Amino acid sequence: MRHGYDDPKPRVGFFTDTSVCIGCKACEVACKEWNQIPDSNQGFTGHSYDNTIDLGANTWRHVAFIEQQVPVDVDGGASLVEAAERGGLVDSSGVATYQEGDGIRWLMSSDVCKHCTEAACLEVCPTGALFRTEFDTVVVQADVCNGCGYCVPACPFGVLDRREGDGRVWKCTLCYDRLKDDKEPACAQACPTDSIQFGELDDLRERAEARLLQLQEAGQSEARLYLGDDEDGVGGAGAFFLLLDEPEVYGLPPDPVDPRRRLGTVWAAAAAAAVVLGAGLAAAVLGGGE
Amino acid sequence: MSSVDSRSYYGQPVLKEPVWTPEIPVYFFTGGLGGASAGLAFLSELRGNDQLARRAWAASFAGLAVSPPLLISDLGVPRRFLNMLRMFKVTSPMSVGSWLLTAAAPVTGVAAANAWAGLFPRLSRVARPAAALLGLPVSTYTAALITNTSIPVWHEARGRLAFVSAGGAAASAGAVVAAATPTDAAGPARRLAVGGAAAELIGLRVMKRGLGELAEPYHEGKAGRYSKLGLALTTAGAGVLGGAGGRSRLAAVAGGTMLAAGALAERFSIFRAGFQSAADPRYVVGPQRARIERGETRGAARQSAKLQDVSAETPVDLQGGGRTRG
Repeated sequence: MRHGYDDPKPRVGFFTDTSVCIGCKACEVACKEWNQIPDSNQGFTGHSYDNTIDLGANTWRHVAFIEQQVPVDVDGGASLVEAAERGGLVDSSGVATYQEGDGIRWLMSSDVCKHCTEAACLEVCPTGALFRTEFDTVVVQADVCNGCGYCVPACPFGVLDRREGDGRVWKCTLCYDRLKDDKEPACAQACPTDSIQFGELDDLRERAEARLLQLQEAGQSEARLYLGDDEDGVGGAGAFFLLLDEPEVYGLPPDPVDPRRRLGTVWAAAAAAAVVLGAGLAAAVLGGGE
Repeated sequence: MSSVDSRSYYGQPVLKEPVWTPEIPVYFFTGGLGGASAGLAFLSELRGNDQLARRAWAASFAGLAVSPPLLISDLGVPRRFLNMLRMFKVTSPMSVGSWLLTAAAPVTGVAAANAWAGLFPRLSRVARPAAALLGLPVSTYTAALITNTSIPVWHEARGRLAFVSAGGAAASAGAVVAAATPTDAAGPARRLAVGGAAAELIGLRVMKRGLGELAEPYHEGKAGRYSKLGLALTTAGAGVLGGAGGRSRLAAVAGGTMLAAGALAERFSIFRAGFQSAADPRYVVGPQRARIERGETRGAARQSAKLQDVSAETPVDLQGGGRTRG
């Protein structure tokens, strides 16, 4: 019995392989349509092709666009022959697709709620509106949330936000309704390159390791898995990523930590301060003579 | 943050700024005022200073009575305020606080009604010590509330902010009660006010020093302005109340008002600093990257594959296997 469910399902999630993302935003659109999310037109940012800006109450998938001037093939002092050999591998692995002749490369990545193992949003929610499903995902119950907003600054990834004019907090549900119907989430189904892969977390992690090794062997030394196992500050995540640069370049925190890991200190300080306040009161009232 | 050179996504924030409205720092003030005043009232009663005790009970009840409306009006869906009592969660200081306030407000009301009108004589024998005891955590749990978040300027002050809250609560309670009480009877309130102010200012100093570069928001923007205002008002108010306030009621009212306003300004400063800290990715990424570089953590990213030997000949189904449910 996991999380109190008599009949828990295998943990599911997303493996987002950003090395094959083409920035089509089909995931953003499919998510909006399926979940009937209000529009979030934020104007023209000038940040490459990204006019969605960030995840929020009305954006549950967000495609980031990063433009970099980086020579990918001859890093590490490779000779031209070695670089050419690697180039072949790179082509067969589909890495260098967006490397233009002038050395500009685009990094594109579809961000989403991480569905953390140690989910700060769920832990701080005072109403129980946030809960863990039988699929080990984290979902807000819209009929319970009273918009207290505690989850918003609690999330180490800045995923949750309150919806204007509605007052409640909204975020990715990993398409809970579709999971119950044995369908994959809308974003994963819409993704034309399988950059967003949905499945059982254990399978996804194995597949991600193989992909990481393949990219490393192809000379993509910058390839890395983000939240790809349980050894991070949130105890692992349902949604994890293969990135081609440091997490912060994509707007992701490099070392996110669930604030609850320090809850002992937090409560100890509050309790000690309460005792000190009591002592101060006693000193002020009883310590004044007559 | 000059010495931390961190990369970011177009300077976009990594965290979300809180959605809380100015009712929240006002509540931090009224909750502290109400909580600490109850203890002041109870102990003064024990000492036979009923003149002071009655006013302190009134201040306590006033502080705790306005708190729930402030909190409810901050909610996104105010009519669902009762959902706060659907469950009790130690992992959520907001849940703990909701229950604390739900318990403290009525018992304080009973104590105040007894002190002023002689109502509930039997009930108040239990209610008065209960109100005094509950007032202590009511005054300090708000620090747990905001330090148990991912906001760097709050979370990294988790061991210290509660003592600032306690000092501020003592200063507020002492200031308001001293202003409302004839000077002859107000000695304990004045001592509490001055002692609380000193504790609050020292606590803030220690907290900011501990934060190091993360304390920058306290010197910039709105948080910086509230911080300066709070320091000036608290210092001046404590000086006037502790000095001339012992002889002149007018000085006590002036000093008490300044001191209470100073405590309120400090709460706004702490509140706004959290927003500013969340809005700038440097404060989030910088310390995390520094932790990784110091070798204290691997971080969340890993460049070496756990599989060691998957040769090019081994067919790996990289794309097709994802549709297990589709």
